[in-house]
Amino acid sequence: MRLVAHNMLQCHVKGCNSNNFPLQLSNVEIEIQETDFNPMFLRNILPKLEWNALVKTALQINITTLPNVLPDTSTDDLDDEFLKMLHRVLLETHIQQGKMICPNCNHVYAIKDGIPNMLLNENET
Amino acid sequence: MIPTPNLDHISSRDYEHVYEPAEDTFLFLDALEKDAEFLRNEIKPCICLEIGSGTGCISTFLGKILGDGTALLICTDINPYASAITIRTGYNNSIQLESINTNLVNGLLPRLYHSIDILCFNPPYVVTTSDDLYSSRSIIEKAWAGGIDGREVIDKMLPLVDGLLSDKGVFYLLLINENKPNEVREIMKNNYHLQSEILLSRLAGREKQMILKFWRDTLLKK
Ligand SMILES: C[S@@+](CC[C@H](N)C(=O)[O-])C[C@H]1O[C@@H](n2cnc3c(N)ncnc32)[C@H](O)[C@@H]1O
Ligand SMILES: [Zn+2]
Repeated sequence: MRLVAHNMLQCHVKGCNSNNFPLQLSNVEIEIQETDFNPMFLRNILPKLEWNALVKTALQINITTLPNVLPDTSTDDLDDEFLKMLHRVLLETHIQQGKMICPNCNHVYAIKDGIPNMLLNENET
Repeated sequence: MIPTPNLDHISSRDYEHVYEPAEDTFLFLDALEKDAEFLRNEIKPCICLEIGSGTGCISTFLGKILGDGTALLICTDINPYASAITIRTGYNNSIQLESINTNLVNGLLPRLYHSIDILCFNPPYVVTTSDDLYSSRSIIEKAWAGGIDGREVIDKMLPLVDGLLSDKGVFYLLLINENKPNEVREIMKNNYHLQSEILLSRLAGREKQMILKFWRDTLLKK
């Protein structure tokens, strides 16, 4: 699971509807896998990200390169340097093993071999 | 022509746990290929989502149509084996997929509200007996067993589509005649203002399979 996907996941335990995002990373194993740089895709996905959540999550795995405030995406002059850095964080940083903990209800979701397990027991849904 | 994804990494033992691509899968691929130009040039998707990815064959093929890295391809499956093989199929065909082990789209909504540009679902559609037995079904049975009218899982998905689709979003759904496709189209039109057409249909043995395509009626051009 890359950080771009982590940015889309939230806790869905019954009744857990606020402060349930982003899921907090814990005990994770990270792997960097290089992939082709596609600035157009990055520009497209940028407005769909929850930026604050991304910054917070990145810090949990000691990535400190993201600016606290998202540069203005309406202007087209996001420079390549910024996009390359974003490419690295969003698309090349894979969470292979570990846990994601809901900041609200503390439910733990496991990540195994790069796959998050979002299944809940019947009594939790 | 876009070649069918290479599935050589999947053994016959794997197919004891994961749905093996069959006529329905291939009809789905043909439908996407038929729409390839439309998807590439008009939809220009940013985020795609496939429910019940199985081997990951459909999303890998979609990745081939769009080009690796041009869109985020998210796959879900309730079967952990399927989620694992989905990643491998993408990898072996040089397509990066995000695989999530979950029921339908649990964990993705409301975060991805109105965000999905291409939504695909080849559901468990086979008509079987009542859904009381659902929880006791084996994981491989859950891949095809659809309960009464084959609609048990489909009907759980239908109310979620409107929330998922972006303004320009399209939804591809495989159904068979027994699933009452006209009724499904009516539900989507009356409840969610989603237009539809039968994009492709084919006879597989005695099964009449079809791919329905849905889009918002605010999207004048299809
Ligand atoms: C007919 S198979 C299609 C598999 C693959 N997409 C293909 O076309 O070859 C249906 C898939 O949906 C999955 N599935 C069944 N119920 C599901 C649910 N509630 N949520 C997510 N996936 C589900 C099954 O595990 C199976 O992989
Ligand atoms: Zn929670």
